[in-house]
Amino acid sequence: MKLYDGWKITIGLIIFTGFFTLPIWLNLTSAESKVKPKLVYPEDAKECVEAKDYMNHFHMDLLNRWRDSVVRMNVRYVVRNGNILTHNGNKLEMSLTLTCLKCHSNKKNFCDQCHNYLDVKPYCWDCHIEPKGGSR
Amino acid sequence: MIDRRNFIKIVSFGGGIALATKFTSDLISQSERNDEPSSGLKAKRWAMAIDLEKCEQSPNCNKCIVACHSYHNVPQFDNPKDEIKWIWKDYFHNAFVTQENPYLPKGMKHQLVLLLCNHCDNPPCTNVCPTKATWKREDGIVMMDWHRCIGCRYCVAACPYGSRSFNWRDPRPFLKEFNPQFPTRTRGVVEKCTFCAERLSRSQMPACVEACPSNALIFGDLDDPSSEVRKVLANRFSIRRKPELGTSPEVYYLV
Ligand code: SF4
Ligand code: SF4
Repeated sequence: MKLYDGWKITIGLIIFTGFFTLPIWLNLTSAESKVKPKLVYPEDAKECVEAKDYMNHFHMDLLNRWRDSVVRMNVRYVVRNGNILTHNGNKLEMSLTLTCLKCHSNKKNFCDQCHNYLDVKPYCWDCHIEPKGGSR
Repeated sequence: MIDRRNFIKIVSFGGGIALATKFTSDLISQSERNDEPSSGLKAKRWAMAIDLEKCEQSPNCNKCIVACHSYHNVPQFDNPKDEIKWIWKDYFHNAFVTQENPYLPKGMKHQLVLLLCNHCDNPPCTNVCPTKATWKREDGIVMMDWHRCIGCRYCVAACPYGSRSFNWRDPRPFLKEFNPQFPTRTRGVVEKCTFCAERLSRSQMPACVEACPSNALIFGDLDDPSSEVRKVLANRFSIRRKPELGTSPEVYYLV
């Protein structure tokens, strides 16, 4: 079998494949993504209501459970081992604004970092107020 | 001998089970679920009595309305068609359409009466809600869950007292100040008085009751014969709005 202009075709194919897969090569060689979420953690609070790993992956489940608990079951405070959890002497409410955002007081440096990175748009903030007067 | 087909079946089934177990165990957090100890004020049947005589003595007083609306981030719209109200005033003959007669005492006829959701014992509004975004709690409070409201406004049509308002517009630009203790609402949901369910669970009385300087609003447990509401209802004559509809309203007006 004879391939006419074989070397031209081969070079063309190599260039084409190279271009087509360029994003893959760029990603592989740069090893890390250029934009990364930069989370600022609170300095004065050392403990969260759950382990960091759990919060990383399942904070949305926790918030949904908190929502159902407070609104639908009329159970307001966070309980562990039969006791209401406290923070600086205050009972911990199952509340996005009053508990989570008490420590993570800057939404832009915390929530928004990953949400923007992953392009998820939770509508919590349509109603729940972000601290410091908080218009959107 | 296991053939290739069975091997793949076994391995993928086992893998599936392992993954599912991992995910469920991850999902279970450290905090407990439904067995939390109860907290806050509790009752078998919350109800309110409004002393019209006391209200009449200071006809320009709006402290209860201001307290409620600022606590709950209720917006002020310029167009009355957009109005959102949890607690408001209207004339006696509008509030008590069926009890009005031409020979009422002069003052009463033109008196402004404080109105709010009656937290009916037989609420028509909850029966029509397709998403259970509004429902009657065991303690009698007709509650709202704004997460679930789809804005169909069936409840607005069902309520015979005009207690429900619909958010035609985004309320946020019409709020001068926010109370971070309570969320705002968003466009497309219905809202109304919740007997301050959130305050009761923090062991506080409703905002309006607390704000009234002359104790004209009496709030308590109808099921408890020694409660303040029961006592005042036993001593004074009271009326309710449109009781003939069978809704069994639980806001009582002392006349
Ligand atoms: S007053 Fe209207 S909104 Fe309130 S419980 Fe009765 S029917 Fe429902
Ligand atoms: S407007 Fe909302 S609360 Fe009212 S009936 Fe529809 S879903 Fe239920």
